[in-house]
Amino acid sequence: MKLAEIKEILQCQVLTGEEDLSVDVSQVVASDGMSEILAFAKSKELMVTGLTNIQSIRTADIAGVIAVIYCRGKRPDKKVIEFAAQKRIPVLVTDMVMFDICGILYNRGLKGIS
Amino acid sequence: MTAELMREAFTIQGRNFDKAGEVSSELKVILRDLGIDAATVRRLVIVAFEGEMNVVMYAEHGNLTLILTEEDIRLEIKDEGPGIADIELAMKEGYSTASDEMREMGFGFGMGLPNMRRNSDEFRIESEVGKGTSVFARIKLDSHA
Repeated sequence: MKLAEIKEILQCQVLTGEEDLSVDVSQVVASDGMSEILAFAKSKELMVTGLTNIQSIRTADIAGVIAVIYCRGKRPDKKVIEFAAQKRIPVLVTDMVMFDICGILYNRGLKGIS
Repeated sequence: MTAELMREAFTIQGRNFDKAGEVSSELKVILRDLGIDAATVRRLVIVAFEGEMNVVMYAEHGNLTLILTEEDIRLEIKDEGPGIADIELAMKEGYSTASDEMREMGFGFGMGLPNMRRNSDEFRIESEVGKGTSVFARIKLDSHA
């Protein structure tokens, strides 16, 4: 599924990376624990998290995820968005809660990492 | 012993959460530019990043040394921190001594050291309470490609 499609389904606002929404997403890793993201992400996943500090983008970069979606309408600081732009990691935000995001994406055929 | 092709040392500033992870990001760029395969780079930067976060969270100061040989990449992360009293316990997944501040940063869920070991081909910790901790990790260049 294209990231652009996920953006529509989850009613996201794009904070950075509008030009990179054509990437394909097939797997998702979702957690507020950064070590959990690092333990499960194998690269190229979509990362869903409620943690909006600089470490979320640091983790996204180290884990090699393809994009980050912040849940429950949490917005990062400007410097976090700038850092993501510098690392070319698209960042989206939705008002939906993590449980709903995961349920909706799972229903559409996306899978977690086991 | 295999000859060293490269050795580079980096300083890690303890307690500085804004800069936490900068060294690991830099390692990622260096290793990618050297043409190391993506899977190996990924494993190494996860080890480096978790190690760097541990130094930032627990110590005042630390350093990370990257050593590249023809066969492997080695990381040595040493800090002047509180030390680990029971290394076996610290290695257990889920065990954590993290503060609320650390958890708010998204860390301290007892997965850092296990993540480091999982991504290394060899992993060793030496620690002395009140003095500090040293972590040694080795990742073979031909494995897990």
